[in-house]
Amino acid sequence: METLAAQLLIAAIKAFIVVNSVLLAAAGLVYVERRVAAWIQDRIGPNRVGPFGLLQPFADVIKLYFKEDLVPALADRTFHRLAPLISIAIALSLYAVIPLGDYILVAGERVYLSVAPHINVGLLYVLAMTSVGVYGIVLAGWSSNNKYSLLGGLRSSAQMISYELTLGLSVVGVVMVAGSLDLYEIVYRQQHVWNIVYQPLGFLLFLVASFAETNRAPFDLPEAEPELVGGYHTEYSGMKFGLFFLAEYSNIVVASLMMTVLFLGGWHVPFVPQLPQWLGLQEGSLGMALFQSAVTLSKTAVLLFLFIWVRWTVPRFRYDQLMRLGWRVLLPLALLNILATGLVLLVV
Amino acid sequence: MNITENTEAQRLNFWERLYLPEIVRGLSITLRQLFKPKFTRQYPEERWEPLGSYRGRPVLVLDEDGERCVACGLCSRVCPALAIEVQAGETEREKERYPVKFEINMLRCIYCGFCEEVCPEEAIVMSKDYELVFEDRESAILDKEQLLVPIAQLQDRLEFLRRYK
Repeated sequence: METLAAQLLIAAIKAFIVVNSVLLAAAGLVYVERRVAAWIQDRIGPNRVGPFGLLQPFADVIKLYFKEDLVPALADRTFHRLAPLISIAIALSLYAVIPLGDYILVAGERVYLSVAPHINVGLLYVLAMTSVGVYGIVLAGWSSNNKYSLLGGLRSSAQMISYELTLGLSVVGVVMVAGSLDLYEIVYRQQHVWNIVYQPLGFLLFLVASFAETNRAPFDLPEAEPELVGGYHTEYSGMKFGLFFLAEYSNIVVASLMMTVLFLGGWHVPFVPQLPQWLGLQEGSLGMALFQSAVTLSKTAVLLFLFIWVRWTVPRFRYDQLMRLGWRVLLPLALLNILATGLVLLVV
Repeated sequence: MNITENTEAQRLNFWERLYLPEIVRGLSITLRQLFKPKFTRQYPEERWEPLGSYRGRPVLVLDEDGERCVACGLCSRVCPALAIEVQAGETEREKERYPVKFEINMLRCIYCGFCEEVCPEEAIVMSKDYELVFEDRESAILDKEQLLVPIAQLQDRLEFLRRYK
């Protein structure tokens, strides 16, 4: 079991499961987004393909595959092709460190419920990878040889770099409380009291910053249709566009999962932490693992609904408003949050 | 010139400037909207039945004695889109004239209803037919056989015309 081959096999199996679930989740999210949007606007939404229109995202993907793959004549073909790949690769790699549950005992060995468990810089890895994700968007904007795409890409990078600071600083409080960057350790520490109780401001800042980070409304300036046509993906068609779309939804799932893990207690059940024991689930059994994953995912689902709900409620920010909010409101608040957390930890 | 006095931002009170309570208010509105009844008609299954006042495809009335049209050509004359073509013929019957050819080009028709208004015999009326799809230009030109509709199907429109025309 301790051989390299076995470890690689386990990692491969986990990665296979994770990647496929992410793709399915993104498809489901597209469906939910369209349905909720329709309901909010007094419409019905897609209800034709399959029962309740559930197969609509698959029909969309099939359509995207059959579309002509256009590349602008003067585009930089290498980077034009590379950009969506970067976006989707980064988006998928983020899932490696996020724990869905604790572990399963297989032949006396602990198999943790994430591809790369107990990385001691897990949180830093997530923050670093989201920053790298900007490359995909900037390259897409630049290589398309289209001024609207370029502006969309530039906006996106400026926005993401601005809000990355807030994002990073807002979790410093969590790290100070937990005393570790390991996402498992952070969840273990929340068994009795969730971090949102200690860090309400931190949670709020993280929430707002992740809206900006995932380019979601009300901060979806990079794809502001009235100003920039379609933004950085204007010149993309077919499945290349599909990959950007997928990466975007995948990033929303990551942001929701991160909020669950960092602030909402991960797989711990609120108010009744002994619930799995009462249900007769053994620590390390398959049932326990499924239960924990279900808890994590249902918390995530609530946050995902929040993302969609906010998108169809709040109008888009203007660019200067966005920057002012980022630098003059959120960043000082994040610093204040660190200061307050530090003082409290010093006193207690 | 930059406006610095009495701007939108200055008119807001403290809680409104905090922005978050207002967002929550907006969210509650959209949440309520989620559960409201929807008005969408599921078209191919649920069809719309127009009232008598509806001006759909113009048709020729076919009553017990046959077609009513006497091929006077007024409809053709009044048609602003020049969609109607009539050629008159004669018979030995009491009602001497009948249209040998009566064609309406549905690509030209603008559903104004002038033909119906000008018709002295109430022979051409606007029907309720709104599902007008053609696969080529030739099939969009309807001939007399396609235009003739039994009077029983046009009662609503005739009733409407009698009351309001």
